[in-house]
Amino acid sequence: MKKRLVPFVVAVLSVIAAAVRVEAHAFLVRAEPRVGSKVNKVPAEVRVWFSETVQAGVSSIHVFDVSGKQVDKKDTHSDRSNRAVLCVSLIPALTPGTYKVMWRVTSADTHVTSGDFHFQLVP
Amino acid sequence: MKFFQSAAVLILLLVTLARPLPATGHGFAGARFFPATLSTDDPFVSDELSLPTVSTIETAEGRETAIAVDIAKRITPNLGIELGEEFIDLNPKHEHDASGFGNLELSAKYQFFTSAEHEAILSLGAGVEIGGTGQRRVEADNFSTWTPAFFFGKGLGDLPDTLSLLRPAAVTGVVGVAIPTSASTRNSDGEIERNPNVLQYGFALEYSLIYLQEQVKDIGLSAPFDRLIPLVEFSFETPLNRGQSAQTTGTIDPGVIWSSKYVQFGVEAIVPINGRTGNSVGVIGQVHFYLDDLFPRSLGRPLFGYR
Repeated sequence: MKKRLVPFVVAVLSVIAAAVRVEAHAFLVRAEPRVGSKVNKVPAEVRVWFSETVQAGVSSIHVFDVSGKQVDKKDTHSDRSNRAVLCVSLIPALTPGTYKVMWRVTSADTHVTSGDFHFQLVP
Repeated sequence: MKFFQSAAVLILLLVTLARPLPATGHGFAGARFFPATLSTDDPFVSDELSLPTVSTIETAEGRETAIAVDIAKRITPNLGIELGEEFIDLNPKHEHDASGFGNLELSAKYQFFTSAEHEAILSLGAGVEIGGTGQRRVEADNFSTWTPAFFFGKGLGDLPDTLSLLRPAAVTGVVGVAIPTSASTRNSDGEIERNPNVLQYGFALEYSLIYLQEQVKDIGLSAPFDRLIPLVEFSFETPLNRGQSAQTTGTIDPGVIWSSKYVQFGVEAIVPINGRTGNSVGVIGQVHFYLDDLFPRSLGRPLFGYR
């Protein structure tokens, strides 16, 4: 009976392996400024690298200061050379403090993922 | 008239359950990704395939090894069904070895609450082990057992920044009562066996390095360590009646899950909590496929209510 299981398991695994696509949930791979980091140079933008290509038109990155004021220029766009990278420009006069980055992206296969992280701007 | 009233209620229920929802897929509540746990059932509704789940443990009666397969399918984004079967190999100390299939298990789950902000999921479900579908030589029951259950999941991502290193932690769990359809049965030796109702409860404590890297602090972990979720599962059973009250059995299962785009691998030690459960440490391992990512436009999407 055990021997009967082996071809069954192999067949199912083969079907799954053949179905592997280049799409999946988009996870954050890294970000610049880095997640939870302290930076002493005012960043011009926030860039986020995802594990998958994301649909820029229905994805967004927003950045807020501690008072909840939005400090990005609301121009979320993808990197021309890498569609798995989203960027948003920041206003030029950021002051030292903690900033919250909130992202919500739709991957190519329409799965939606979201998250947030902080970075600190120190003098 | 009663028929039409029932039909109207059923249609309203289906419309409610099938309302269009965005695609989220396996185990997400906001920024929280809950992996599929090995020993305790998880709270979310999903399109997933566990193939195989292999476990082995030495008990007082002898070694028991099981190879299981489970497939879960979403009917609507919040309502799913699951089918499970296992091949069991028994090596008793004082009897002949035996192997064969256990009873077929069928269950349904409704995820009635999801909070993205608080990374919380609540579900209700019911399962049935269908008596007589397995083989008696591996002690498959000839009666069915129903198990209504409540499931929960909660990530700690909403903790304040002062406790940020606890934010990657999460807990999932289940509480249910297994109710056999036969109060007693006669075994192969002619003895009467009483079949109690059994309280089943368990939970999993997880610490997601994925969450740590993505949401809290990039500590520079690289593959494969950036996709690891260390966890400890606690799984218990307490008979409630028929002369076996409070004879709790259970295991504590520390281990780790590695999650990639399409598949996760999990391995845990099985540590019995008392002599009734077992005398030595066992092991459980699982390969688990995310069908919603493998087949996002066919098998991996809900049958109704998807947009």
